[in-house]
Parts: sequence; structure tokens; C-alpha cells
Amino acid sequence: MARVLVYYAHPGDRFSHVNAALFQAARDVDGIATLDLYRAYPRFNIDIDAEQQRLRDHDVIVFQHPLFWYSTPALIKEWIDLVLEHGFAYGTGGEALHGKSLLQVLSAAGPEDAYSPEGYQHFELRRFLTPMEQTARLCGMRYLAPYPLYGALQARDDGRLNPHLAGYRTVLEALRDDRLDLDAATHAEILSADALPLTPRL
Amino acid sequence: MDQFLLIAFLFLIAGVVAVPIASKFKLGSVLGYLIAGMVLAPALAALNVDVVSLQHFAEFGVVMMLFLVGLELEPKLLWQMRSRLIGLGGLQVVLSSGLAMAAGMAFGLAWQTALAVGLILSLSSTAIVLQTLNERGLMKTDGGQSSFAVLLTQDIAVIPMLAFLPLLALPEFASLAGDAGAHGAEAAHGAPVHADGGHGDGDHGGALSLTAGLPPWGQALVTLGAIASVIVGGSFLTRPIFRFISMANLRELFTAAALMLVIGIALLMTLVGLSPALGTFLAGVVLANSEYRHELESDIDPFKGLLLGLFFMTVGALIDFDLLGAQLLPIIGMTLGLLALKAGVLYALAYIFGLKGADRPLLAVSLAQAGEFGFVLLSFAVLNNVLPQGLADMLLLVVALSMLMTPLMFILYDRVIAPRYIEEQSKEADEIDVEAPVIIAGHGRFGGIVNRVLRASGFETVVLDHSAAQLEMLRTFGVRAFYGDATRPDLLHAAGIERARMLVIAIDDRADTTELVRYMVEAHPRVHVIARARDRQHVYELYSAGCRDIIRDTFDSGVRTGRSALEALGMHPYEAELRCRDFVARDRHALAQLAEVYDADVPIHKNQAYVDRAKALNAESEAEMRGELRGYNSRTARGWAPPSSADVETEKAADAADRDAERAAGA
Repeated sequence: MARVLVYYAHPGDRFSHVNAALFQAARDVDGIATLDLYRAYPRFNIDIDAEQQRLRDHDVIVFQHPLFWYSTPALIKEWIDLVLEHGFAYGTGGEALHGKSLLQVLSAAGPEDAYSPEGYQHFELRRFLTPMEQTARLCGMRYLAPYPLYGALQARDDGRLNPHLAGYRTVLEALRDDRLDLDAATHAEILSADALPLTPRL
Repeated sequence: MDQFLLIAFLFLIAGVVAVPIASKFKLGSVLGYLIAGMVLAPALAALNVDVVSLQHFAEFGVVMMLFLVGLELEPKLLWQMRSRLIGLGGLQVVLSSGLAMAAGMAFGLAWQTALAVGLILSLSSTAIVLQTLNERGLMKTDGGQSSFAVLLTQDIAVIPMLAFLPLLALPEFASLAGDAGAHGAEAAHGAPVHADGGHGDGDHGGALSLTAGLPPWGQALVTLGAIASVIVGGSFLTRPIFRFISMANLRELFTAAALMLVIGIALLMTLVGLSPALGTFLAGVVLANSEYRHELESDIDPFKGLLLGLFFMTVGALIDFDLLGAQLLPIIGMTLGLLALKAGVLYALAYIFGLKGADRPLLAVSLAQAGEFGFVLLSFAVLNNVLPQGLADMLLLVVALSMLMTPLMFILYDRVIAPRYIEEQSKEADEIDVEAPVIIAGHGRFGGIVNRVLRASGFETVVLDHSAAQLEMLRTFGVRAFYGDATRPDLLHAAGIERARMLVIAIDDRADTTELVRYMVEAHPRVHVIARARDRQHVYELYSAGCRDIIRDTFDSGVRTGRSALEALGMHPYEAELRCRDFVARDRHALAQLAEVYDADVPIHKNQAYVDRAKALNAESEAEMRGELRGYNSRTARGWAPPSSADVETEKAADAADRDAERAAGA
């Protein structure tokens, strides 16, 4: 059993197209912890000690958020700046996060084909996420391939939301039960609901 | 009575006219007073005014000044000065006396007479030096502090001198004592209160004395007891007394109590044969840590100023121009010689005691003159057949002229000497910041929080409040709190408003707050003022009074309560936060709009521009409310909204067109 923690960050929770539903799905999974960052820190007054303890207490850290300007909402950046302290997350004596895993679950307004050299976003999604990937690496964490929902604004109408929600639940349960093939998940470009690298149930 | 009023009026008008003129030409108030006195002299002579008695009375200003100096000086600081008091001060008296004595003997005086002259001239003028140093802001410099140490030592040295001088009497002067003694007696006994200017000429034969007739050990015991009672009384009795007085809530009672304290101590010291100036200085030091310090300062300060002014004028008036004319060259020569001799000794001592840069010439310039002690000692010496009347009269002129020269020497210091050291001084400018506190007026539920926030961030604060109980509680927590009504300019002055960086007005009364803002904008535009407003209307009053940093005291807590309510009603905390931020922004916008048209002199309902704008603002916000809060929401939602599907399609199309164009260009 791995201890899974889902951080959710959306500054406009009430106007969310898919993220509120995704977070609700996460909260429905038994045996994992969740935290709505904008609810916990509406004035960006992050409790560094509490957050560091939370990280120590979990093995898998999930950031679930919409992709804003090819990055995270501001509060996650603030959280990273404050919580991943020298001597805690990196640098001399900074080994608290070694061996843990980090996963980004995100929604993007653009369609999947936009995230390619030929698409209008011009780069693959993973290219935009490299800062987070390197952040995880510097902290001695394993960076898993992200689990994105493209074309998030039409996902519900297109009937893509429910399979994605189911896939999210599966990912979280598999992480919890050590059934996600971490090596495969590390080397994949992205994770998608129909092709999750699960190990067979024993 | 008419005569009294006329004399008082003459002195007042002379001071009021002369001092501003002197200040305008940067000559300092002391020179202004001295000149005013010289101008007054013929009128005073015509009116038969006993200027000498007047001078003795005015010397009480020096007693008050030393009390005020003591208030500024915590016991710890006094202890730190001990090596300078004994070493620097003691050597100054010994060396100056010795050299002056040698000069006197070179001019053919008997050694006893020369020694007496040396002792008398070695003392400097506390009144002129402290007044001038304070006025020029030099008191806190190393040179200023050293000057003060020397002056304090001189104050102590007067007591043994008084005991010692009669031993230097020469029989040949006794024959002159018949007429000279009469003059001297008048000088020494003519003072209305024989506190005698304070410098304690120790007239042990006077009418009142606690030590008369006691054996030496008894005298010592009584004297020590008096000192102990000043220290113990100052430490333990003043607080309950002042708390008792503050219950009456009458300004003038405090002034009366402060005067009672100073005069009482001066009287006690005189009765045991000690210098009243030293006694009140000691009392000042004891009270330096008291919360009533600033109140005492602001109560005593005007009296001190007036009495010192009077004293300086009498010095000017006592310059005997007939004698000066007759003996012009010898007297000028003696004066310049004295100044050179004392300045030389002081400069050498400054070098030995490690003073640096401009502080060395400052010490030399400050203390080169002879002082008001000299007047007292001269008449005392004549009375005791130590000096002949003729010599004493000349020396009296030398003392007065050297005092007159002091302001001029300070001007020389300012214009010629100090500029050479400017580079060295600028390095020490940082220290001034420590002396630039934030003053918080009012330490109730509001100001108390401000104080805690500032102190938690390491800022020096000075708290003023008029609740004695509140203050005592504060001081037990180590807060620098002082009793008094913060709306009084003199108390603000005592709390250091000239040096302060900021004044936070956190008092309850709205009219007082507005008045204080108006005063600050007028008198201290340099000091940043943050004012507590009771409500919107009060904000406008403060704005029109000139304050630009106004905080409504219950607004923020009201908004926070609203935010808590929204959260408790189930709103996402971040949305509640954004809505409250938006509310604050809109409210502040409306406030600023209305402040522009607010006119303190016109009631709001008669101010057409105000009414019109208020209506427009109301209509604006109502329209937003009616529009299903859409405008409000969109404002709240700004900054995070994702693109619409249409935006995504547009972007895709534009990108495809770009690529087509590129391909076409490449083909």
C-alpha cells in the first residue's frame, strides 16, 4: 500500500468544466488523502511546516490542476517556492522526498493534436511540463508521465469525461495498491485511460 | 505692580524681537538674548532694576535645564560616562585652573589670588553650552556628550571650591572689605529665594539650613540622607503621586506638580548645602525611565526656556560698558587669552581621551568660556577677601564677554571647522535612524495592535496615552509608553516628533484626530502620518485636513466578518476572498471619488457635487446588481478564465492559415 496525496488547485472552482468533477472522483477513492489548495490557503498563506509534514507522510504526490499558460495555477508555484526548501527537498540534507513519486493530472483547453510540432501549440505537452519534471528529479522523486484531459471544454459534451474520470480513479487506486507499473509510467509520453500500465492483480 | 509689569514687558519684547532675528541669521538664540540684554541695559538702569537679583532668580532656569538633561539620561548612560566625568572633567578643571593661575602670577598677582582667579575661570557656562548644543543638534555627538560630562564635573567641583576659596584670603584685601563686602553681600544674599540659581554658592550662613550646628559626621549623614530621599522618592513616590494627580484630569495640575517636584528638590539640596542643579539632575536621571517623563519634560520646558532667556538677557545687561571702555585692551586681551587657554587645554584633553574628527574642536569651542558659576564665585570671593573689588569687576566683564563670544565661536565652528570633517560625519549618519522612532498616539484596542505589529518587526516605538493604568501595564511588558495627551504639540515635541519618522494617530476622539492631523501637516510635514478614521465622513475630514494615509478602524474587521460569513454559507474560501477584495476595491474607489468633492465647510446634504456623485455611484453598483451580478462575477473571475471553445477553434484556424502561407512561400 502506498500513501497517496492529491493536491487540487483551481482558483475558480465554481466555474470549473472538468476539474471539480475530477477532484470529486479523487475524494471518492478510499484510503488516499486530498487537499484543495485554494481552499486551504485562500490568501496564499501557506503553512510550510504542515505541508512538509504532509509530504513526509505520503509516498505519491499528485498535482491535479488545469493547465494555465502552459504551467500550473499560481498557488502551486507559490507552494513549490515555499515548501520545497533547501535542506528539506534538495541540497545538503534535503532528502525528505527521495524515492517518492510525483504525478500531474491536468486539463488542457486545446485538443490533443494541438500539442505537437504541427499543432498550434507547437510543442508536445511534456515539453511544457519539463520544469515540474526537473523539480521532481532535483528532489530525488520519480516523475510519472502526466494524465491529461485534452479539449477539456468539450469533454463532457463529447462523452469523453466519464471514461477519463474512471481512468483517474483507476490510476489513484493502482498507485494506492502498488499496481501501477512505475517504470512503464515513467517512460510513457503520457498516461491515458485506455492504456494504463497496470501490473496484473496477484 | 505697574513697575513689575513694565519690566516683564520690556524683557519679553526684547526677547521676542531679538531672538527671531538672531535665529534668522543663524546666530542662535543665546546671542539673541545677550544682545537683547545689552540693548535693555540703559532702560533697566533708568528703572532702577536690581539686575543681579534678577539674574539669581533666572539662574533657576539652569536647575530646570539640568533636570531636563537628567530626564534624557538613563542611569546606565550616566554610569558609562564615569571615566569622562572624573578623567576628562577633573583634568579640565585642574589644568585650566593651573594655567590660568600661572598666567595670573606672570602678571604679578599673588599666588593665592591667581589660584582663585584660575578656579573661577576654569568653570564653563552650563546654560549657554547646553542650550546651544541642543539648538544645533550636537548634544548626541561624542563632542556634545563629552562637553556635558565636563559641565557635570564642574557642577560638582563648585562645592569644594566654595569651601576652599576662603582659605585663599589675603589680609590686604580685608581693608577694602568695608565697601566691597557690601556689594558682594548684595550679590550673594539679594536673591529672593536663596536657591540661588542653583549653582549652589553654598551660602552656609544663610537663613535656612538643615546642617547648621551639626558635627561633620552629622552633616554628612543629613546630606547623604537628602540624596537618598531624592533617589528613593523619585523611584517609588512619583508614580503614585502622578497617578493620583491624573485622576483630576487637569492639565495645570501636572504643571504644578512638576514645578513642585523641581523646586522641592532644589530647596532640599540648598538646605543641606548641595547644588540644587545637581539634585534635580539626579532626580531627572531617576525619572528617566518613568512613563511620566515626556509629560514632565513638556511641563518644565517652557519655564526653563523663559528663565534661561531671562538669565542670558541679564548677562547681556550686566556688561559694564563704562569699565569696558576704560580698560578696553586689558579686558579684551584677558578674554581672548582665557578663551585660547581653555580651548587649548580642552583640545589636548579631547586628543588624549580619544575624541575623533569634529568632536575635538567641538569640545574646545563649547567649553572655552567662563560661566555663570563665575558670577557667583566672584562675589563670594570678594566677600571673603580673596579678590579685590577692582579685579573682580574686570573679571566679571571677562566672564560676560567670554560668554558673549561663545555663540560667535559656535558660528565659527559651524561655518569653518565642522565642514572640514563632513566626510567623517556622513559615515555615522546611520545612528540617526535609531533616534527616529515611530510615535503611536493612543494605545487602546486599536493602537495597541499597531504597536505590537511594529515592535514584532523590530521598529522602535514610543507610545503616548492618557490612561495611567494602561501605561503601567504596558511598561511591565517593556513597552516605551508615556503619559500624556498626544494632541498637545509640546508632548509630541518631548516624545521626539522632530526626529520621528512616523506618527500613528490611534486615539478615539474623531475631532482630536482631525485636529492633530491638521497640526502635523502644518508643523511637521516631513513626518508621515497614519490616521485612524471612525467612518466614511471622518475619512473625508482627515483627507481635507491633509492626511493621505487613512485607515477606517472597523472597515477591515467588517470585511473579514463578511468573508467568514460567506465561507460559512458554503462559498469556496478563495472565491470569498476574491469577492471581498473586489468589495474593498469598489468601496475604496467610491470613497476616493466622493472625497474629491467633499467639502468640510459644507454639510453633505447641501453639497450638490457630492450628492450627484454619490447618486451616480449608487446607480452604477445597482446596475451591476440587477444584471444578475454578471459584472461583479466577471470582475471576480478575471485572471483565471479558460478560453472558450470558439477561442480554441479560432486559434486552430489561424495557425492552419499560417502554416498554409509558410508552405506556399516555401514552394
